[in-house]
Amino acid sequence: MENKLDGNAAAGILQEIFPFDMTLVQATCIGCGTTNVIGALAAYMHGMGTVVRCPSCDTALIRVAQTKGRYWLDMRGVRVLQISVEA
Amino acid sequence: MSEGFISRGFRGRRQKSDESGRIPPGQYLERGFPVLSAGPTPHTPLAAWDFSIVGEVDQPKSWSWDEFHTLPREKVTREIHCVTKWSKLDTHWEGVSLDTLLAQVKYDASYVIAFSDGGYTTNLPLEEVLNGQAWVVDTYEGQPLEPQHGGPARLLVPHLYFWKSAKWVRGLRLVDDDEPGFWESLGYNNHGDPWKEERYWGD
Amino acid sequence: MERRTVLGRLTWQRGEVVASQAETARAKSITLAVPNWMGHRAGQHVDVRLTAEDGYQAERSYSIASPPEEAPHVTLTVERLDDGEVSPYLTEELRLSDKLELRGPIGGYFVWEVRMGGPLLLVAGGSGIVPLMAMLRHRAAAGSSIATRLLYSSRSFEEVIYRDELDHLVSSTTMLEVLHTLTRVQPPGWTGYQRRVDTEMLREVAWPTDQRPLTFICGPTPFVETAAASLVTLGHDPARIKTERFGPTGET
Repeated sequence: MENKLDGNAAAGILQEIFPFDMTLVQATCIGCGTTNVIGALAAYMHGMGTVVRCPSCDTALIRVAQTKGRYWLDMRGVRVLQISVEA
Repeated sequence: MSEGFISRGFRGRRQKSDESGRIPPGQYLERGFPVLSAGPTPHTPLAAWDFSIVGEVDQPKSWSWDEFHTLPREKVTREIHCVTKWSKLDTHWEGVSLDTLLAQVKYDASYVIAFSDGGYTTNLPLEEVLNGQAWVVDTYEGQPLEPQHGGPARLLVPHLYFWKSAKWVRGLRLVDDDEPGFWESLGYNNHGDPWKEERYWGD
Repeated sequence: MERRTVLGRLTWQRGEVVASQAETARAKSITLAVPNWMGHRAGQHVDVRLTAEDGYQAERSYSIASPPEEAPHVTLTVERLDDGEVSPYLTEELRLSDKLELRGPIGGYFVWEVRMGGPLLLVAGGSGIVPLMAMLRHRAAAGSSIATRLLYSSRSFEEVIYRDELDHLVSSTTMLEVLHTLTRVQPPGWTGYQRRVDTEMLREVAWPTDQRPLTFICGPTPFVETAAASLVTLGHDPARIKTERFGPTGET
């Protein structure tokens, strides 16, 4: 069975990159236009990387891999993010 | 970095391997068959399944499941090597060689992009999928390939890291110019030779 | 719902094991003193990292079992998986005053605090009880009487984690109900549920939909998906259901 988790499980890797909790950020899917908080998306995580997908249409919104000390972050599946950050 | 921190008494579950020479550098022997999935498992019904060769070809060609099973088949036993460091020896597959499939089209191309249900892609030089180096396989250890391992059919290119053996493969697109696939565009090596430890971009 | 994010990237910290306690034959609670712990919210998790002498590393996520009121102590409850790589180390090798690398708290999505209100429906499968226990402990520490129901699925009576403490919370706080279902084997005289969680059971246990409960479901992925789908079928608002899937393992 595939290892499908909630977007919340990707919070760790995302917070290595972004200096805030990305799971509370709203992301609009370029595939179907649905907007969800990232914590409510579907996260597939294994040794090669993390893929966060739209729960409605399975489009990959966020893909992250970490190779040789560098993060590769592909967000072509995101139309727009809405980020509320309070100091 | 952990700055030299060691967890007292931790060794991990890797097995020391006696199979020197059969395991590429940096790999360990795995007796199970880990499932790494980057998305939901497709469940394409066989009646809807086909395998196509498209792109820089005179005529695109495709085979239905039944037609695919009229082609000459081979049994293949090989080692497989995952970039996450596990290697599995003596895996047994059955399927159709890419030599057989590509012989049925006229083409002029340098690269193939394998594409799968669910959107996965991986790229290979055409010369590395010819001459007995690649198959479309539908049987593993004598049984129909399970969906979690890429069934009904996956690509098998055992001389490269296993991410190149695209699960749920539905065809090849032949191209003149290379196009990095799903992992190749995310920091993994464009080629992926385990014996040269070509794991990551720039290796 | 108010969104509040804490600025700052995660960094690895070292906690020291100050206590450990067997909860069941397989599950153990490990309490760490974490010097620079910034506090957490009930439901959040930490990443734990183990490093072998040759540099090999393994990382896993574990829900925090302790309530925020116990900071800077952080308790994890770990269930030993037979083929696990990290859980056998944590449950069998780790000793008092050993150090453990961890980072967190992580995940502001699957959290509950008293000020979020209720009524509260918690649905746990096996070790999925851990983050929900942090919520119940926080609720008790805050002296809250928010109406709360926990439906907790375990294979057997012996495998119920925090069994006695749950009884104590029911008797020492108000407006808390705990219902167990034991799916494989039940003790003599058991009058509780004895099957896997299904729509009928949730119909009996869940709050009426017009009360608009906040629901948290945690456990193995198939368990979580079944429970969430059942609640939606019963008419509960998906936007008020939060899930934390632990992965494919499992029967409960």
